[in-house]
Amino acid sequence: MFSNPLIYFVVIPVVMLLGIYLSRSMAQIRSVAVAGSILLTALSVWLIVDYLGLRAAGDMAPMLYRGDWMWFSALNIKLSVGVDGISLAMLLLSSIILLTGSFASWKINPLPKEFFLWLILLSIGVFGFFISIDLFTMFMFYEVALIPMYLLIGIWGTGRKEYSAMKLTLMLMGGSAFLMLSIIGIYYHSGPDVNGAAHTFDLLQIAANDAIPHNWQYFLFPMAFVGFGVLGAMFPFHTWSPDGHACAPTAVSMLHAGVLMKLGGYGCFRVAIYLMPFAAQELAWIFLILTGISVVYGAFSACVQTDLKYINAYSSVSHCGLVLFAILMLNTTAMTGAIMQMLSHGLMTALFFALIGMIYGRTHTRDIRQMGGLMKIMPYLAVCYVIAGMASLGLPGLSGFVAEMTIFVGSFENTNTLNRVFTIIACCSIVITAVYILRVVGKLLFGPVQDEHHLQLTDATWWERTSTATLIICVAAIGCFPNFFANLIRFTFSPDIFAVLK
Amino acid sequence: MTPINPTIPLLILALPLTMFLVLGLLGPKMSHKAAGWLGVCGMGTVLILSYFTAFTYFFSGNEAFTDGVNRLQYIVFNQDWLQFYDKLVIRIGFLLDPISAMMLVVIPTISFCVHLYSMGYMEGERGFQRYYAFLQLFSFSMLGLVVATNIFQMYIFWELVGASSFLLIGFYYQRHSAVSASKKAFIVTRFADLGFLIGILVLSYYTGTFNFTELTSAVTANGSYAISETTAFGAFSSFGGATFMGCSLFSWALVLIFMGGMGKSAMMPLHIWLPDAMEGPTPVSALIHAATMVVAGVYLVARLFPLFLLDDFSALTFVTVIGAITAFYAAVVACTQVDIKRVLAFSTISQIAFMMVALGVARPDIHHGMGYMASMFHLFTHAMFKALLFLGAGALIHAVHSNDYTAMGGLRKYMPITHITFLIGCLAIAGIPPFSGFFSKDEILTAAYENSFFWGAWMSMVAALTAFYMFRLYYMIFWWNEPDYSAHHHKPHDAPWVMTAPLVFLAAVSCVAGFIPFGHLVTWNGAPYTIHLDWSVAIPSVIIAVCAIALATFMYKKENPLPDRVAKATGKLWTAAYNRFYWDEIYLFITHKIIFNCICRPIAWFDRHIIDGTMDGFAWVAQRLSIAIRPLQSGNVQYYVWVYISGALLLGVVTAFFMI
Amino acid sequence: MEIKLLYYLIPSLIMFCCGVYGFLTRKNMIAILISLELMLNSIDINFVVFNRYLYPDGHEGMFFSLFAIAIAAAETALAIAIIINLYRATKNIDVRDTNKLKG
Repeated sequence: MFSNPLIYFVVIPVVMLLGIYLSRSMAQIRSVAVAGSILLTALSVWLIVDYLGLRAAGDMAPMLYRGDWMWFSALNIKLSVGVDGISLAMLLLSSIILLTGSFASWKINPLPKEFFLWLILLSIGVFGFFISIDLFTMFMFYEVALIPMYLLIGIWGTGRKEYSAMKLTLMLMGGSAFLMLSIIGIYYHSGPDVNGAAHTFDLLQIAANDAIPHNWQYFLFPMAFVGFGVLGAMFPFHTWSPDGHACAPTAVSMLHAGVLMKLGGYGCFRVAIYLMPFAAQELAWIFLILTGISVVYGAFSACVQTDLKYINAYSSVSHCGLVLFAILMLNTTAMTGAIMQMLSHGLMTALFFALIGMIYGRTHTRDIRQMGGLMKIMPYLAVCYVIAGMASLGLPGLSGFVAEMTIFVGSFENTNTLNRVFTIIACCSIVITAVYILRVVGKLLFGPVQDEHHLQLTDATWWERTSTATLIICVAAIGCFPNFFANLIRFTFSPDIFAVLK
Repeated sequence: MTPINPTIPLLILALPLTMFLVLGLLGPKMSHKAAGWLGVCGMGTVLILSYFTAFTYFFSGNEAFTDGVNRLQYIVFNQDWLQFYDKLVIRIGFLLDPISAMMLVVIPTISFCVHLYSMGYMEGERGFQRYYAFLQLFSFSMLGLVVATNIFQMYIFWELVGASSFLLIGFYYQRHSAVSASKKAFIVTRFADLGFLIGILVLSYYTGTFNFTELTSAVTANGSYAISETTAFGAFSSFGGATFMGCSLFSWALVLIFMGGMGKSAMMPLHIWLPDAMEGPTPVSALIHAATMVVAGVYLVARLFPLFLLDDFSALTFVTVIGAITAFYAAVVACTQVDIKRVLAFSTISQIAFMMVALGVARPDIHHGMGYMASMFHLFTHAMFKALLFLGAGALIHAVHSNDYTAMGGLRKYMPITHITFLIGCLAIAGIPPFSGFFSKDEILTAAYENSFFWGAWMSMVAALTAFYMFRLYYMIFWWNEPDYSAHHHKPHDAPWVMTAPLVFLAAVSCVAGFIPFGHLVTWNGAPYTIHLDWSVAIPSVIIAVCAIALATFMYKKENPLPDRVAKATGKLWTAAYNRFYWDEIYLFITHKIIFNCICRPIAWFDRHIIDGTMDGFAWVAQRLSIAIRPLQSGNVQYYVWVYISGALLLGVVTAFFMI
Repeated sequence: MEIKLLYYLIPSLIMFCCGVYGFLTRKNMIAILISLELMLNSIDINFVVFNRYLYPDGHEGMFFSLFAIAIAAAETALAIAIIINLYRATKNIDVRDTNKLKG
């Protein structure tokens, strides 16, 4: 079992949990967290290199590094792992955000040990989710990732934290309920497994059997899509996002917006669309309208917010809406764009939330009306904020641009009128995004200094610099060398693997 | 043999980018002088390399560049950047053809002048290194834009140019006016870019390519740039006559792409950002908002000119109409402004509109598509003399510390070099021979008259207005009574050599540029021809210009009540022109009153109260429900038993009923 | 005179109803407990009688009633313990006042 490299994405965090549990000082906690996440990052980079090598050598299996271990034979539940380029990209994203998140919570207070324990438990859920290809295991890890959120926000949050934590958890749990139903439905129509069992939870097996009756697909597809869509902040199930993000501590916002929301998009294509191609084609238009609304709706809402975190939460609604929107376009280019947008949004929004946390830690306010001229006071953070803003509004050379362009070009390939109209509506978001980003940049960073007390504030410390610089380098890397990532992703979206693309 | 060593074009792009990174990251650790000279030297190297490239292209006679008669397009390198699907790939490359080679001369020249000039102008400013870093970023983006091999590369650099313009306009970031001007510039051009983007999507969807070579020229055996109208065009035919709202989709695509150009080139109604963009440092205005970036729209239309030709001229007519209206509007507004940089800004808008009109009226069957050549010629000469005027204005502002003409007057005595060079600029823009503006403008007018008398007459009128407002400005600055300069700690004087040298250089270029045989270098299909001055157009236009100058002299030579009387006599019209015909107010109304208050706020309210309210409502209902049923669990054992027994009896009765 | 099944059942029913009545109306917990015993005993009678008359060959009913008696004893002991403890805490064994465990 331990010869499979993927298992270490769960093993390393478990060892980290133990290490943090045994730590006696802040320094030890930090070093365990940082060392562990560096190890995870290195592992995912190594896997990507190795994966590309295997692909170049002609390995055409949909998933590589497969491993199957029976877990509960009565229901044919297995712990099966396997990754493709998309999962690898997501694993890389998660480990980078865990790393930068650890740096961003360098001085977390109170209860640092407990904070890191929950944070790493959350990341176990995330990593586990991305490596599993067994629906049940996937669902289990999904829940593991959701529950720590409640405590992380409820204990270490700010503002109306109990309310937000409860709202977030309940809404996501509501989504999980739909998901659970859908997974059970899929299981009972999955068709036989290779080992002789009557039903299977194995994703690849279900997709290969393609045995879910069409009338059941009509019923199960919307449930799965909504179940994951709630996490992906799909209109009208997005309202946990502004409150949740606003109250969460920095690292949690980063991890949540950066990675956890990606679970939604990932699940949507890996479960809903992959397993139910018929319903995906028939029902895509409903969700296309909802996500299309998400895109502009989130952007318009962000234009009038005054709380920095609310602005970014709504901007996330808009950007994640674009992810789901592109997935529903059901063609290779748009879906590739969706994954790139997931990567891009993950890094960029993590950067945003890290910066907002750092600014808030200094000024003790997130209200843009009470701040101004921060460029003069803390140039490093301000410059990073501008870069994050530019990435968000799609400046070429940073990640947002390539993702959005791939999505738009891909979406435009669909010739039917509805898709075209919504593509153009979604394109409008590039203008609205510019409006709200520049509004914040203009009010917060530029202009005269609003509050004299702010003049005493200091610029970023070394750990804050490390955290933000790492994210900026990643954002720029995607923006400058998009073809590398596009090729990594595109393999999966071939008609041979995704029946819906035929 | 390779016609040109690919390292050289690569360096032209890589050097400014490296400089940007170096100055941006290490700048704060450098002294002002070191950073400045580093920037100047970097741009100097780029200047030499681009001159070399352009001259190689034009004059080497290599068979890659010319087939002996016609000039060809040559792609130096073309690297895949992002692949969408098999055919549709964004590449980053380097295209050499007449117009890109011409731009390779224009951009580094102006950029170098501005780099040098800024050493004096920006001396001691906070953020000096940042300023140079941004200048390098801009130069990189602009060069990348003009050498683009495909429309998406152009779009990429188009956006980068917009961003660096944003950064430079907002250079004095602590001033409210600069911040809002930079925001305005970015958002207005972004809006235009939305059109550009959709245009690209439509065009690339139907043609399946981004590449200019494939889009604009029929693929002939030798890859010739020469186009004949009879060739079957892949680009056009692939649309298969698809229509949308009565117009062909092809026209829509072109108009949408042109919309991008309208934004960058400040055509009506997207012109409102350019006058405000003068909030940036003056050398920046000279570089970006007069000479290079704002002509990107013209360059875009020129680049896609063969496509525009295919469209039964409907898109070109659109270009002409927009250009003509803008030219007139901007010229009228320029006659009333008091801020010298604003006068120059409106003059820029007007002159760019000239170029647009020239492209719009160009027809391949009339004089070898002379309008195209005229447009590019004017682009070239305008870049030189407008940069000259802006840099001159910068020298004046530097001397008197104000943009307002009332703070100036009688400066010819104090600043002779500035005076002479500024005068040369004015003469050039007014179209007085032998200065460069005369030649290029004359070509444009000829092309307009060839197209129709109406456009010719219209543009002649605008040309007259141009001469009038430029000399109005000139007299007010240099001839009017001098204000009390003793308030300053010194009398105004000519700037240091780093600032005057560019002025003198540009003035010299403006004097001689008209004699460049442009027809041999830049034509729409690469086929050279010799320009002949059409005296029947040239002589009247010179007379008109001289009359306009005479009128300006009469009205403004000395400070006198006549202009005020004219202003009073024209009344509302004057006020309207002074307020730029209230375009800004209209935009403010739309953005603030309609978009912010009628869309954004209701949506935000809807989200918080309806959507979120519904979610909270679910929670509320669940809570109410549990409160409602809580009393059932009273804790009274006897009550429970009552309920139990009643239930049991009821069940018994029901069962008995059904059994019997 | 033959002793019919009904002759046993009627007193048992009366006993049961008394038990129910007492359970519902008495306020003293001890009294409630006594009523409960009444109900249980009436059921025991039923068990034995049904066994005797309907299935004379088997002894299940007998066993059941023995079980019930044993369990009733244990249950009564438990209940008395609770009541005594309750009394110690509140000096009161009125059933209407002991509703602290409500939802």
